[in-house]
Amino acid sequence: MRYLDEFRDPELAARLFADIARATTREWAIMEVCGGQTHAIIRNGIDQLLPPAIELIHGPGCPVCVTPLAVIDKALAIAGMPDVVFCSFGDMLRVPGSEHDLFQVRSHGGDVRVVYSPLDAVRIAEDNPGKQVVFFAIGFETTAPANAMAVFQARQRGLTNFSLLVSHVLVPPAMEAIMSSSNGSSNGSRTSRVDGFLAAGHVCSVMGSWQYEPLVERYGVPIVVTGFEPLDVLEGIRRVVIQLEAGTATLENAYPRVVQAAGNIPAQAMINDVFEVCDRTWRGIGEIAGSGWRLNERYRAFDAEERFDVAAIDSPESTRCRSGEVLQGLITPHECEAFGRECTPRTPLGATMVSSEGACAAYYQYRRLDATGVELRGRGG
Amino acid sequence: MVADAPNFAGWSCPLPLRDHDRVTIGHGGGGQLSSELVEHLFLPAFGVTAGSELRDSALVDLGSVRLAFSTDSYVVRPLFFPGGCIGDLAVNGTVNDVAMSGAQPIALSAGFILEEGLEIAVLGRIATDMGKAAESAGVRVVTGDTKVVDAGLADGLYINTAGIGIIPEGVDIRPARAEVGDVVILSGPIGLHGIAVMSKRENLEFGTEIVSDTAPLHGLVAAMLAASAHVHVLRDPTRGGVAASLCEIAAAARVGIEFEETRVPVPEQVASACSFLGLDPIGVANEGKLVAIVASHAVDDVINAMRDHQFGREAVVVGVVTADHPGVVVARTSFGARRVVDLPLGEQLPRIC
Repeated sequence: MRYLDEFRDPELAARLFADIARATTREWAIMEVCGGQTHAIIRNGIDQLLPPAIELIHGPGCPVCVTPLAVIDKALAIAGMPDVVFCSFGDMLRVPGSEHDLFQVRSHGGDVRVVYSPLDAVRIAEDNPGKQVVFFAIGFETTAPANAMAVFQARQRGLTNFSLLVSHVLVPPAMEAIMSSSNGSSNGSRTSRVDGFLAAGHVCSVMGSWQYEPLVERYGVPIVVTGFEPLDVLEGIRRVVIQLEAGTATLENAYPRVVQAAGNIPAQAMINDVFEVCDRTWRGIGEIAGSGWRLNERYRAFDAEERFDVAAIDSPESTRCRSGEVLQGLITPHECEAFGRECTPRTPLGATMVSSEGACAAYYQYRRLDATGVELRGRGG
Repeated sequence: MVADAPNFAGWSCPLPLRDHDRVTIGHGGGGQLSSELVEHLFLPAFGVTAGSELRDSALVDLGSVRLAFSTDSYVVRPLFFPGGCIGDLAVNGTVNDVAMSGAQPIALSAGFILEEGLEIAVLGRIATDMGKAAESAGVRVVTGDTKVVDAGLADGLYINTAGIGIIPEGVDIRPARAEVGDVVILSGPIGLHGIAVMSKRENLEFGTEIVSDTAPLHGLVAAMLAASAHVHVLRDPTRGGVAASLCEIAAAARVGIEFEETRVPVPEQVASACSFLGLDPIGVANEGKLVAIVASHAVDDVINAMRDHQFGREAVVVGVVTADHPGVVVARTSFGARRVVDLPLGEQLPRIC
């Protein structure tokens, strides 16, 4: 229950800000990959206090943001079916599909429940043999072990009324897609602006940090494995800046209290038992090869897409949304014509406006204050 | 998709409500959705003109006496939680709504909607707790009603209470009175009730048990008013937490509010639970706390009086009312940066990452 104040200490933060300012002599664009890091940055205003030469680009690491519209629509279709209990993590309930969200399914009589662990959904399935219980298995490598464990347990217990709607996504292929310039951008001629990465600490705690060595070598970018408390984020930024200024590109671990090079071996074994790599579409970015997990052949019977025959649902993303370019730092949110007009946090067109952690949603709030005439240094505004 | 941003400023048609054709759980969350329901559906239907001042309790002016009148319904699950139950909550909540206009509560009504099958012993415990809460608050439950619905149509029981109180001569406390230069006071640590109920409901354990702060606040209010005539606004930050209260005050008075995050007392267990669940303590419900907006020259008098009272011992100044950014609440973070604090949309949802 400790570990809060220690990593939020304002004096230590001031020292790190000063170190970063001293080290910075040129303009650098640094991407924090994970939505949890974006949240820490926005919540504490870290981006406002960095030297103007440092630009933070909020990466595609918010699972709520990147789950494609078609998958949300599949979830809504299943959740609206009779005798289905649809279980989800809390913040997916408000993500709009093409026409409505899970809250609205519930208001039309659907049985949609917030759970805190996929194992809760397994228990619900055991307790309700007359219902089909579906868990919405989204997220990165971080949530995968528990989701794998849930389906593993369901199979062991012979539960025929439990299934997963899987939309797992993987971080390294997404980073690779961002680095290899044109992928996902509607403006394929521009190259990635990202000079260095803060890798997502909790993903690395599961998969290990070794996965990022090839990216460092191939693209010559510094990658620093970084935690989620404000001081963790600052330390990650400091280390990236020092590397960039020195012209080096190595993989560093700034989160050693949680992350080991090899990762969590039993968790990986659980994942490998249940999932296999597949191509995956990212909301706002498009399809990235080998960037997801799906249930493997042995567990295919637990796949909700097949059980409920929703695999054919294919909802087109808004053609006006430019979140793919925002996610890669190619444009700032307000450079999109739809920003603040037909696209707001209440009526989001795409990934980055969906979650409060998304770049567009965060920017929307800051702009609101700007509009009142208060001096507040935004990014690229 | 619509071509322009939705503009509901001048909208008075009671239906449809934005993008919802049915009530969702968020409409009861005390945030934007609740406000929209009140503003766009109830007020027009009741013939109340747009722009009317909305407060925790209504003012009924009888000429010789001014009454504060308020009502609230209690649908909490579980019925019993660490620190209280639905019964004392139903008494304290309405006492507090009445007290937030500076009134001395005098009488309550209690309406019960019982689910067929509810154990009489459970109802007895709840009624006893209500009686005790009313006694310690110095109010009487003077009228009531009981209805029973079929099994499965209620979560055990729901309670509605309404309360009236007398507003002392010369007292004028309401959100629109917040003035530039005023100071924002919080009566103590936040987030206890919301996290206590949530941890019990969802079987989440955070090491030590978190106990609800449910308490009647009219005594504290009376002490504050006795100490100074310059208390401008009082608000009990229940659903939507301190964030919702400050946003509503900023909007009603067309002023900006800026507060220091580090000055807001958040108990360690609440901070841990919020960190774990991805919630913001500033948006979590309280049931025994108040936010006060006070003239700056009266701060010492008011805060000393609060600290002498059992429910205000940890009262602190957390911020100021400013002419900058009217209608907008800004938090100054521990690092010295600033962020906009929004009225939550509906209920806060646990985050995935």
